Amino acid sequence: MRERPVLTSGTRIPTLARNETEVPAPASPTRRALLKASLLIPAAGLLGPGLLGCSTGEAGHDPSSVDEAKAAPLFFNADERAFVEAATERLIPDEEDGMGAKGAAVAVFIDRQLAGPYGHAYRWYMHGPWQEGVPQQGYQLKLTPGELYQTAIRDIDVWCRKNHNAAFSALSTSEQDDVLHGLESGDIKLADAPSKEFFTLLWKNTVEGFLADPMYGGNRNFTGWKLVGFPGPRYNYVAEIEQYGKPYTKPTVGILGRDPNRRMRG
Amino acid sequence: MATTLKPVNVVLVGFGWTASILAERLTASTGLQVLALERGKFRDTVPDFATTHIQDELRYAVRDGLFQEPARDTLTFRNSMDQTALPMRHLGSFLPGVGVGGAGVHWNGQTWRFLPQDFVIRSHTEQRYGKNFIPADMTIQDWGVTYEELEPHYDRFDYLCGISGHAGNIRGQIQAGGNPFEGARQRGYPLPPLKRSHATVLFDKAATDIGLHPFPCPAANTSAPYKNPLGVQMGACTYCGYCEWFGCGNYSKASPQTTILPALRQRKNFAYRTQCDVTRINLDSTGKRATGVTYLDEQGRQFEQPADLVICCAFAQHNVLLLLLSKIGQPYNPVTNTGVVGRNYAYQITSAVDVFLDDIMNPFMGAGALGQGVDEFNGDNFDHGPYGFVGGGYIALWSTGGRPILQHQLPEDAPKWGAGWKKAMAENYLKSASIATHGSVMSYRTSYLDLDPTYHDIYGDPLLRLTFDFHPNEIKMSRFLTDKAALIAQAMQPRSFHARPRTGHYSIVPYQTTHNTGGCAMGADPKTSVVNKYLQCWDVPNVFVMGASVFPQNHGYNPTGTVAALAYWAADAIIDKYLKAPGPLVQV
Repeated sequence: MRERPVLTSGTRIPTLARNETEVPAPASPTRRALLKASLLIPAAGLLGPGLLGCSTGEAGHDPSSVDEAKAAPLFFNADERAFVEAATERLIPDEEDGMGAKGAAVAVFIDRQLAGPYGHAYRWYMHGPWQEGVPQQGYQLKLTPGELYQTAIRDIDVWCRKNHNAAFSALSTSEQDDVLHGLESGDIKLADAPSKEFFTLLWKNTVEGFLADPMYGGNRNFTGWKLVGFPGPRYNYVAEIEQYGKPYTKPTVGILGRDPNRRMRG
Repeated sequence: MATTLKPVNVVLVGFGWTASILAERLTASTGLQVLALERGKFRDTVPDFATTHIQDELRYAVRDGLFQEPARDTLTFRNSMDQTALPMRHLGSFLPGVGVGGAGVHWNGQTWRFLPQDFVIRSHTEQRYGKNFIPADMTIQDWGVTYEELEPHYDRFDYLCGISGHAGNIRGQIQAGGNPFEGARQRGYPLPPLKRSHATVLFDKAATDIGLHPFPCPAANTSAPYKNPLGVQMGACTYCGYCEWFGCGNYSKASPQTTILPALRQRKNFAYRTQCDVTRINLDSTGKRATGVTYLDEQGRQFEQPADLVICCAFAQHNVLLLLLSKIGQPYNPVTNTGVVGRNYAYQITSAVDVFLDDIMNPFMGAGALGQGVDEFNGDNFDHGPYGFVGGGYIALWSTGGRPILQHQLPEDAPKWGAGWKKAMAENYLKSASIATHGSVMSYRTSYLDLDPTYHDIYGDPLLRLTFDFHPNEIKMSRFLTDKAALIAQAMQPRSFHARPRTGHYSIVPYQTTHNTGGCAMGADPKTSVVNKYLQCWDVPNVFVMGASVFPQNHGYNPTGTVAALAYWAADAIIDKYLKAPGPLVQV
């Protein structure tokens, strides 16, 4: 078990605006305090999802009435958030077959990931000298994932304003698709970030946000899992594995249970 | 300034599979004080792998929850000697473990034996195909130990783990339904095969239809409750589909924690310390005798641990790094073709054929070693004469799980993103499977490990430098295997299928396999090996080296079974031979 920070009863918890809209939850005061407090120090990389642990065993639930899409980002500024929301919705769009990245709150997921240890390349070897290698040698940028997002989004919006007179998020969907294709192929050159590398990262994180456990903020209402037919991390298929060709019908579960709106905040 | 600690008889560097096996054997058979030093933390089924949280694909499989952190330990990599090696900044191609149990915690449990001919590959190949069949720069060699010598030790590991399987060759008698190509085993597996998934049943039928001999792959996932010879109880696998990259919360996947540690931790002459990074094996003034090891704890305090016997049980490359930093054995030089430490690094070459079916496969129901395989094209099970390459591999359909982020397949023509990608995901996730090929990689003069001249670790020591690429022999062999896998795929009568062959240069980026081998090759000749047939250093006889680092080349199976058999074999040699007369066990 990872150790969790301890908040004493005297710890003052400043209130964020979003919390005023929360319905009271029966979670223990300590947990609620911790969840709120964790929102206050996002960029330090100390309390990202990976470090908070996720074996919350309490019966409490996170209020489903909170509109996460409107919640204050932990990492992105307003422009960055607007870009990521728009771009991920083009990567996985809302269609007849179900909601896309926006409905699944993929941008919320990416924001939280970048605010935590992953966004800060906490586990990576980040010492110089820095030099470009061959593709087989892998990532050699001095930028952390969070810095790559910030740099690339700034440059993409500059490119879009120059070529389309508006930021990416204000373009038509077909213009947005063209820009994304240009980034993917590397045809659009950005000033300070390699466009292909950024597109690869954005796409990877979008798929993660669509298909990771909902406690990380994405895959809202099990959107991604229900689309493909994954029932969640169920523990026992002894009775079903030899029933060849038969659909599995038990309800979808997340690590925190059947309520798709239970979130691990942070 | 290092603090000198109270001496012990035996110090084990690392505390994964091989250290657990050695510690158990040494403390059971002798009164020696045995100490394991592990760089990571202690971990156990409860609480670390509890099912309340371990089935988390993002945290463990995607964000590398249980793996080595490059920030603390990585290597530099290049394809060829004319390139500048650059650091592996985050993990990709292979995923070594950290912490008690090592990679034995997060493996799948695919537990194979190498073929009898694999241990004598050079002499066997020269005899059957002539000396010119082996390319000049291919540095393969016989192991110095034979399958027959290792068989009792393979058997011990099978029964330690409660392997589920169907024997194919018991004392020379071929068994219907098993692998007819395997070396003779003294008895069957301790447990019957796992239940079969839908996709493995279709594979079995297709392979049979085209004249092959499919069999259930041997699994260190228990098909039934099992109590092993150490009295440790395991529970039956529930097919949850979270083996590889995860710890098992159900006591069903064999690991040091589920098979050895409950017994070992009760032994009074055994101790372990965690978060101890061993940085040197210390030698006396002659350079021919080790006096112990130096390690740093999590606060950076330095300790000297004296010991009579030092056994390297870290992950493959790390053992090589430790020998190089400690100046044990002559470092390999590919230009002059002299020296041995770092020589004969090898890997494996994998490919896949993705299959899209009409029926629901429910891919999320599975186990790490639930698979059906064929072995016709492994080792020298077929005539290589017409093909002109050395080596081979198995072809198997594994139902390891259907974790959606990393374990989904899409048809070749599916869009890479957008509405088309989403539609393809919805249509194919439940109705797809993937056939894997698992091929050998031979050793070459220019595939090696040495110390990097530029990059350093957190202690200021040089990083290990890996120089490696796939050679034409391997690309040709892998293509051959992939074509055979495609024939099976076709016989499954799918909606569509496509091959994903391995082409071009080796890349450190996409995950392929954590079957890194060599750099500390075993053998019969000190000019081409670091350790003798008992895994004892030629140059410093009170240092032994375990693990896949001693493989002289890599064969067409997952290595853990052979790694474990070698550890038992070496433990017997230490107990029965070395302790009675400490000194070199092989004279040349």
